[in-house]
Amino acid sequence: MSAKTLYDKLWESHLVRTEADGTALIYIDRHLVHEVTSPQAFEGLRLAGRKPWRVDANLATPDHNVPTTPREGGVEAIRDPISRTQVETLDANCRDFGITEFQMLDPRQGIVHVIGPEQGATLPGMTVVCGDSHTSTHGAVGALAFGIGTSEVEHVLATQCLIQKKSKAMQIRVEGEPGRGVTAKDLVLAIIGEIGTAGGTGYAIEFAGSAIEALSIEGRLTLCNMAIEAGARAGFIAVDDKTIEYVKGRPYAPEGGLWEQAVAYWRTLHSDQGAQFDRVVTLDATTIRPQVTWGTSPEMVVAVDQLVPDPGEENDSVKAEGMQRALDYMGLEAGTPITEIPLDRIFIGSCTNSRIEDLRAAAGIAKGRKVAGNVKQALVVPGSGLVKAQAEAEGLDEIFIDAGFEWRQPGCSMCLAMNADRLEPGERCASTSNRNFEGRQGQGGRTHLVSPAMAAAAAVTGRFVDLADLDKG
Amino acid sequence: MEKFKTFNGVVCPLDRSNVDTDAIIPKQFLKSIKRSGFGPNLFDEWRYLDHGEPGMDNSNRAVNPDFVLNDPRYRGAQILLARENFGCGSSREHAPWALADYGFRVILAPSFADIFFNNCFKNGILPIVLEDKVIDDLFRMATVDKALEMRVDLSQQLLTAGGWQRNFEVDAFRMHCLLNGLDDIGLTLQRIDEIRAYEARRRVEAPWLFGNRS
Ligand code: SF4
Repeated sequence: MSAKTLYDKLWESHLVRTEADGTALIYIDRHLVHEVTSPQAFEGLRLAGRKPWRVDANLATPDHNVPTTPREGGVEAIRDPISRTQVETLDANCRDFGITEFQMLDPRQGIVHVIGPEQGATLPGMTVVCGDSHTSTHGAVGALAFGIGTSEVEHVLATQCLIQKKSKAMQIRVEGEPGRGVTAKDLVLAIIGEIGTAGGTGYAIEFAGSAIEALSIEGRLTLCNMAIEAGARAGFIAVDDKTIEYVKGRPYAPEGGLWEQAVAYWRTLHSDQGAQFDRVVTLDATTIRPQVTWGTSPEMVVAVDQLVPDPGEENDSVKAEGMQRALDYMGLEAGTPITEIPLDRIFIGSCTNSRIEDLRAAAGIAKGRKVAGNVKQALVVPGSGLVKAQAEAEGLDEIFIDAGFEWRQPGCSMCLAMNADRLEPGERCASTSNRNFEGRQGQGGRTHLVSPAMAAAAAVTGRFVDLADLDKG
Repeated sequence: MEKFKTFNGVVCPLDRSNVDTDAIIPKQFLKSIKRSGFGPNLFDEWRYLDHGEPGMDNSNRAVNPDFVLNDPRYRGAQILLARENFGCGSSREHAPWALADYGFRVILAPSFADIFFNNCFKNGILPIVLEDKVIDDLFRMATVDKALEMRVDLSQQLLTAGGWQRNFEVDAFRMHCLLNGLDDIGLTLQRIDEIRAYEARRRVEAPWLFGNRS
């Protein structure tokens, strides 16, 4: 038998049927549901008189629209009537169709991509989908996970399957030990800087190499989260001891004999020796420095000790124009040192970087320091109620509050500004989220994507700073 | 879904690369729980000079005269000519809903983001990938004084504009569904027995995937 990639194994184990032209019907093990992309799917189901195929495969939570300020008033107290309607619609749909939902006031509520792994609801070897492009996150535990559109949400609800074509397989190897202050976020930004935001289009990406193996599962979740920013619907990592250790004991994880059986299977979830990829990209982790995006696409990224690039030095004229447009939007001059960019707001949160390790890293920097005078607001938004509780048990909330950060309730928040948390036109934000598109964090808002440690350092110095310099002084 | 028929339409040239779904339909409009009515807010931030919010009367808003959708030449355009990586960003289907609601039925670009590309077919929009050089030619042809009109024949996989002609590729299954207005769910439910058989097999191979919680 020929050597298989991890992708081959995940794909083949979910094939229900393949047409002559390669179009396949694949089975979906876990479907995550949130309030923005599901209402029209439930509406479609109802109109067609259909029922969910397998209710227990679904797990729902509201995250995009929920307020991050105190929630005593419950759903009725959500100020924006349209946000409220979406959350209420999700509650009603889950109730009507019998789907488990962690409602807004449930301590387990949170960003859908944080709670899936946290609950063990996304397991190695599963196919995981959600009407949200950052579903790639769940690939970190060795699952085939990808975002789908609302028509597909309806399709999964109705049939437990999706019509798909197999992607090409790419392996991205990151080898060597990265320097101090270089996190999973920096690795993935460097990868996107290298291959571009369309570099992974048409591929499923397996991340491998010693620098990836060295990451914790939370770091891997950060990495896979941004596979979609490299153009790939799915990014995943082979199962190892850390994966199994991570999954063990989580509420939805198997137990007893089933656990043993599952682990034996999960141990096979890696690419075989000699497996062939359509493309292999290798990066040297030792050369990767902490990253900061300067433009309006995640590929517009440089190391913190570099300068804002000059479109005049770009030979491709379409690219140069895009760079110039980004600089104009971002209000930046070519040649400015990244460390001289002053910030108005700081956002620590999102499905990329709102887990406990992220908050610990940020608190480590914030501890004993104060948010700089030029920073109007520094938000910390935990990814889930359970992350929040853990952080509070460790006293991280007090560290943040003492330093002048705001400590909020879990949700997507300023990652996409669908709730009240947003940038004003022209405001500049250091953000741990995943997208720096025009208007993403509020119309006219300017986003720089960074790691949690960098965001915290930017909060306390009021500008970007090489973390090594921060220690000095 | 409506059947996709051969038609003649005006080509609207949108000369930007990496147009993302946030630009196609800004997020404040995502809060609707319906599928229709997004067309007036397509490309909202580029199309209007003020900030748009759901529920506003768009006919009273100041339009950006420099944006191509507001150019009288391209009024009623059904074919969007775009640059590389069109539709990148989120998986939201509101983007194709907005494009379709506005009246676009075909998008021509050198490349598309994957999820968006798939979502188009599910909403009766035909995304066509053409080589860079061909796209460059079309931009030249579409930006002269008189708007470019193009005939799109899906069954023949042929684009025609005056003396200009070009064949295009499209997945056979996708073409079949578009031409016949077929809904994916109905097609899949014809395979109930195979899905059940798969589940039965998996319950034995990987029992932990079933019903440990609900
Ligand atoms: S945190 Fe941001 S990227 Fe993640 S699911 Fe929420 S809105 Fe999407």
